[in-house]
Formats: sequence, structure tokens, C-alpha cells
Amino acid sequence: MSDNTSAARAAARPPLVDVRGLRVAFGSHEVVHGVSLRVTAGECVAIVGESGSGKSVTARALLGLAGTGARVGSDRLEVLGRELGDASERAWQQIRGRGIGLVLQDALVSLDPLRPIGREIDDALRIHGRMAPSARRSRVLDLLERVGMPDPPAAARRRSGELSGGLRQRALIASALALDPPLLIADEPTTALDVSVQARILALLADIRSAGTGLLLISHDLAVVGRLADRILVMRGGEVVEEGTTDQVLGSPSEPYTRALIAAVPADRPRGTALSRGARTGPAPASPSADVLPRNRRGDAPLLRLDEVSKSFSAPTGRLRAVDGVSLEIHRGETLGLVGESGSGKTTVARLALALAIPDSGTVLLDGTPWSALPERDRRPARSRIGAIYQDALSSFDPRWTVARILADARGLRVPRRDRNGSATGIADLLDSVGLDASVAGRRPLTLSGGQRQRVAIARALAAEPELLICDEPVSALDVTIQAQILDLLDRLQRERGLALLFISHDLGVVQHMSDRVAVMRSGRIIESGTAEAVFTRPQHPYTVQLLADSPRLAHRPA
Amino acid sequence: MSELELRQTRVAASADHLEARGRRFPLPSTLLAGAFVIFLGVSTVFPALVWTQEPNAIEATEAFEAPSLAHWFGTDESGRDVYSRVIAGTGTSLLIGVSATSIGLLLGLVLGVLASFGGRVLDFGVNRVIEVMFAFPGLLLALLVIVVYGPGPVTATVAVGLSTAPGYARIIRSRLLSIRSSHYVEAARVLGHPASAILARHVLPNALLPIFVLATLGVGQAIVWASALSYLGLGAQPPAAEWGAMLAAGRTYLAGAWWLTVFPGLMIVATTIATTVLGRALVRHGSGQR
Repeated sequence: MSDNTSAARAAARPPLVDVRGLRVAFGSHEVVHGVSLRVTAGECVAIVGESGSGKSVTARALLGLAGTGARVGSDRLEVLGRELGDASERAWQQIRGRGIGLVLQDALVSLDPLRPIGREIDDALRIHGRMAPSARRSRVLDLLERVGMPDPPAAARRRSGELSGGLRQRALIASALALDPPLLIADEPTTALDVSVQARILALLADIRSAGTGLLLISHDLAVVGRLADRILVMRGGEVVEEGTTDQVLGSPSEPYTRALIAAVPADRPRGTALSRGARTGPAPASPSADVLPRNRRGDAPLLRLDEVSKSFSAPTGRLRAVDGVSLEIHRGETLGLVGESGSGKTTVARLALALAIPDSGTVLLDGTPWSALPERDRRPARSRIGAIYQDALSSFDPRWTVARILADARGLRVPRRDRNGSATGIADLLDSVGLDASVAGRRPLTLSGGQRQRVAIARALAAEPELLICDEPVSALDVTIQAQILDLLDRLQRERGLALLFISHDLGVVQHMSDRVAVMRSGRIIESGTAEAVFTRPQHPYTVQLLADSPRLAHRPA
Repeated sequence: MSELELRQTRVAASADHLEARGRRFPLPSTLLAGAFVIFLGVSTVFPALVWTQEPNAIEATEAFEAPSLAHWFGTDESGRDVYSRVIAGTGTSLLIGVSATSIGLLLGLVLGVLASFGGRVLDFGVNRVIEVMFAFPGLLLALLVIVVYGPGPVTATVAVGLSTAPGYARIIRSRLLSIRSSHYVEAARVLGHPASAILARHVLPNALLPIFVLATLGVGQAIVWASALSYLGLGAQPPAAEWGAMLAAGRTYLAGAWWLTVFPGLMIVATTIATTVLGRALVRHGSGQR
């Protein structure tokens, strides 16, 4: 965490990167309008912004990698004391790797899948240096050791596909560090990772910074950045709208946009408070507790009940128990949050609840009547009672269909060809209820933004008027601000329609904000459950305690 | 609505506009290909409308004339007009191409559906059949059929159809399998749609639409193969004016009279390109891109 003295120390050192008035344009379209930034040794500077804000392009311009057709101009572009304003490709090649290391979000595509990671790292040493092969080998092992890779000699022989997401990211960081660059640029380095893995990668980056390496961190998530950064630049529409020390930006932001970004972080925000600006919140509840309590009509039979349900799959190593004796209850109008890391069996629970998978043992009951035990023919008429939305909304739509057809199909209607805006079939109303304009009806989901796609997915689920909505990582692929809008939308819809939600996520902040009750899953079992308040303030199981500690949250919020 | 949303809406609106425009105006290449296919259609149904003289009319005094205004594609060794013969051959060549592709596609569809819907045992069996068929080079398989049933246009068609079937079968099988396990099919199941409706609305259209382009590509390919068989004297027999047979007949005079082989060859190439371009345009239209 930063303080004023460390910032002052950083300012005294010569900068690793000193950029003034950086402009990047593609054709006639300028995407970065005069960005200035400095990073000194041992300092972590973060650029925060939504997708399309120009933060990644800015970072890439520092490596001379802005892309084909990009025109980069600047008043000053000094990297490691060299002016590179109009440097040749050759000059850039010397800077990359040796001067600046780059870590990207998706290590799976950044590492060659056919080559062992040891050779990937060795490549950087071989191309740039004149080290003897044996010296290179020990250097590779040192690097893997340094990034906390377990059993470096064995890991060096593995291919990237054989490693888990976290280890793969470590391997990528090791290859970026191979030539000891004074500056490391990390573009969304933890976005695709589980919270505990994310925490370990952030700790690793913090170590690297303490060792004197400058760090330029790019992220859309203020909560992630807050842990590590000394200074934060908030970018929007290709401009830096706010800049300051982490304490200043997070503690007393001056720009409304920064405040909106901070407000969008769901962790520690009470249930029912709007995360996005201009969210249409329903009739305000008299008091938060009065809003939450009447929905849990404990006397009623649960809407959905999983009773000692188990499901296993055959895996190369034998049977894999994906879900092992799980019992859950979801009541009308309440949200049950299901938290766990990848591979913990969350999605299998969702599939069991949707009866897309049938349990090996145990039963699933819908409204007190058999659900999993029914033959498909008898279950089909009742299927509309449970809806589902997924992480990747786009893949859940038939690629040939327009939004109007998708929604009409969900209602069991046929769309007349002429009815392009869907006014005749009530599709316009449905779109309106999820905050979309009726003009979206004639479009295909491929042409919509991520947030719009998820809204269409929600509209489709609502079209069948379900009582229970199963949300499997519905906001994990979205930017924080879009995530805030979708969470607000789900919250409003639940209020208006008395929907029950099974909300599955690896993100504790999101689950905390959305849920009345929470269940924590690990290795196919539920290890802890209770009211959201109890689980998040007084966690019992050590694993839950660890998860909570790892989960990024804002240390301080502006009043 | 936040400013961000407004911006997204504006961007989206312009995308919508583009999409609508794309639907109204086909690309020039599509128009050209369409015009050529219409020309081929007319040549097939009413060849007399487009040829300049009887394709088999012999005029010994006009043998081996180079292309001119009187004979656009020149004349052959018997003084027959090459252009008219190319037109007369369109019907035969197209019929062979289209029927061979249909046979291959139909057989591929049967094998593909059996493999993907018939359970594990059938999938295993069908896959082995496909592999054995693949093991023979296409032309060898065709030759085998012709050896058994004798040369002629019908056998050539069946032979070419048979040899293309395993390729189609494999593609159809993998498409069906991936679509059946796709998220959108799952979403339809969650909505409570019956399996038959899911099959008709999602699985078959999405599996077969891309196969359709492949088939248009296949028509050209089948014409080339059938021409090859005719060239070897195993397909259409001279004096029939089939393109492959014309190539075969012209090869003797390749040094002196290039037009005997070049123009039928060009027709094969042009037909292949035109059907492919048109097929791709149809698929783009179906998937909403330009």
C-alpha cells in the first residue's frame, strides 16, 4: 500500500518511462489523446479504465507495439533515458524484453502451446544475450523459482496447456522477467484468475516491485489495483481524467467518473444499493432490513431443494466427484449465492438444478415435487419455471437469429417477418424491462456489446416468466461498470417479479452484494453456508477466511 | 441511461444501419457470379437461345479456325463451332456436377446423422467406414466403380458422388456433435422446447448451412472430376459435347489449336468460381454479415 513518503521517494528517482502528450491514432480515428505518464524504479503505476478507454493501446505504445496502421505521436517518449519518439523497429526490439517486459492477460495464448515453458523462457535469453547454454538453464530454473513455481525442473519441461491458469501466469511473468527488465508492463494480469490465485499473483508482482522493478499495471478493476499501485491514472475515452496517489484517487476522487468506477465495485456494498449511476431502482424499500426479511418466507416449502446430491464424471485419473453430497434450498424471492473457485463444482450444481444433468444419488425437488427424478417428457412443461443466464451470453444464442426471434422463441411465439422492432409481440416491452431500446430487436447478438448481450440473455430468461433464475457467472466477463449495471438490473427485476436467484460466482464481492444467503463450495462439497452477513463477517471455515482475505476490495471508500 | 450506454447505443445504431444496407446491396462479385449462373441456367434449359449454330454441324472447310467474330471460340477438327459445343455441353456437365454433389451430400448426411445420433456403437462403425473410404484416393474409388459398372456419364456421376461422400460425412458429423452440445441448444432445452423443435430450429440449420457453401464448392470440384473421367474416356463419350470430353478430344491438337482445350477449360473454371462466390454470398446473407 502506498503512502506519501514512498511517492516522494519515487519522484526523486530518474523515470524509467517518461511520456508526455502521447497520441495514438488508427487511420483518422484518434484513440489516445495526449496521455502523459511517468514510472520510476520500484514504483507501481496503474492505468484504470473500461474496455475501449485506450489504456491497453497506451501501454503497447510504450513497447512500440501499438499495432499495424497505428500512428504514434508524442511530445516526449523517453524509455530508460532514450528518446524513442521516432525510433526504428530495431531500436524497439532492443527495448522489448531487455528494457521492458510484458505480461498479458491470457497466458494460454501468449505462450506457445507446443513448446515447454522452459524453452519459452530460454528463448528470451538466447535471442537477447550471449549466455552459455548451461548458464541459461540455471537462469531459467532461478526465474521459475523466483515466481514461485513449484518444482521448477519439472515445470520447465511442461507445456503451457498442462499448467493451471495461475501457474501459467507465473510462467509468463518468469519469461517477462528473463532479461531483468527495469520495467514490467502487466495488462490485466489477473483478470481471468480465481481470487486466491489472483491474490498470489498480485503478491508476486508486489515482490517484484519491492526488488526495484518498475511496474505499469493495466486493469479495469479498481479493487485489484488498489492493493498494489502507488499511483493511479484513470483513463476514459483516450484521456487521463484523474491522476494521483492511490490514497487520493480512491479516498477523495475529484472526478465524477472516478466516483462512478469506485461505486461500481460491489464488495462491501449492502444489498439493494445501486452500483451504477442512473440505475432504475424500484420503489425504495422502507429500510434495508425490511426489504430483505419479508422475502425469506421461511414457512413456505423451498422453491428448489437439492438433497444430498452427488454427481461424478469419468476422468483420465478415474472417477471425478464433481458434486459430493450437496444440499441446498432456495426460497421464493431470495438470492442464494454460491461461491467457489474454478473446478469446485459450482457449474455442475447449476446443471443439476436445471436438470441438464441427473444426479447419481440424492434428489432435486422443485416446489416440493420431484424434479430430477422425472422423465424428460414430464419435466419439459415445467422447465419454463427455471431460467438460466450464463457467463458467455453470446454463445447461448443461435448465431443466425435476431434478438426479436430469440425472444419470441422463448415466449413460444413466431415472429412475423415485418415485425422488426417487435412491437406486435410484446418484445419491445420485454427489451424495455431490461433497459434496452426496441431498435435492438432487429439486430443479431454478435453486433451488440457485452453488457447488451447479457441484457438480452436476461430478457430471454424472463420471457418464459420463470420463478427461479440460475445465474452462472453472469458478470465475470464484463467490465466493472457494466457489471454494476447488470447487477442493478438483476436486483430490480428480482424486486419487481419476486424472482428467486441462484447466483454463482467466483467473485466474493459480487456474491456478497447480491445474496441473502451464501454457500461456499470447495472440491464438490459445501463447506460453509449461512446468511450473507454471517458468512462474510464471521466466516467459520478456514478456507472461507482465506478466500475473504484474498478477495480484492477497496480499503477505503470516499464518503 | 448513462452516457456510456448512450455511446454504445449510438455505435450500435450505426452498426444496425450498416447491416441493413448490406442486406439491400449485394457485392458486385456476387452480381457477376449470379449473372453467370443465370447464363449457365439458360444454356442448360434453352441451349438453342445462346448457341450460334448447331453444335454437331460439321463444316469440313472451316476446320481449325482460330477464334473470330464468326466463331467466337474457333472451330475444331471437323469445323464444328467450339462456342456452340461448349454451350451444348453445359447441361451435361452441370447435371453431372450437381447430381454427383447431391449424391455425395446425401450419403454424407446419412452417415453423419447416423454417427452423431446413433449412439456409440454406430458412431464407431460409421467412422471406420468413413476411414476406409478415405483411404482410397477419390479418383481410384471412382475408377473402381467404373470398372465394375462400365464407363458412361451415369456411372461417372455416381462414382464421383461416392468418392466425395466421406468428406461430407465427417464434416456433418462434427458439426452436429458440436452444435448439439452448444450453449444455445442447452438454452433452448432450459426453456422447455421439445427435442424435435430444437433439432429443426437450431441443430439442422446451423449444421447444414455451412455445408451448403461447401456443396457449391463441391459442384465445381465434381465437374472437374467428372471432366477428368471423361478426359480418360471413362465418362461422357464423344461426340457428346461434355466439357471434359471436349478437353480430351482437343488434347491431340494442343500445339496447333489451343482454343479447343482452353475454352472448355475456362468454362469449368468460371463455373466453379461462380458457384463458389454465390454460395458464400448466400451464407453471408444467412448469417447476417455482408
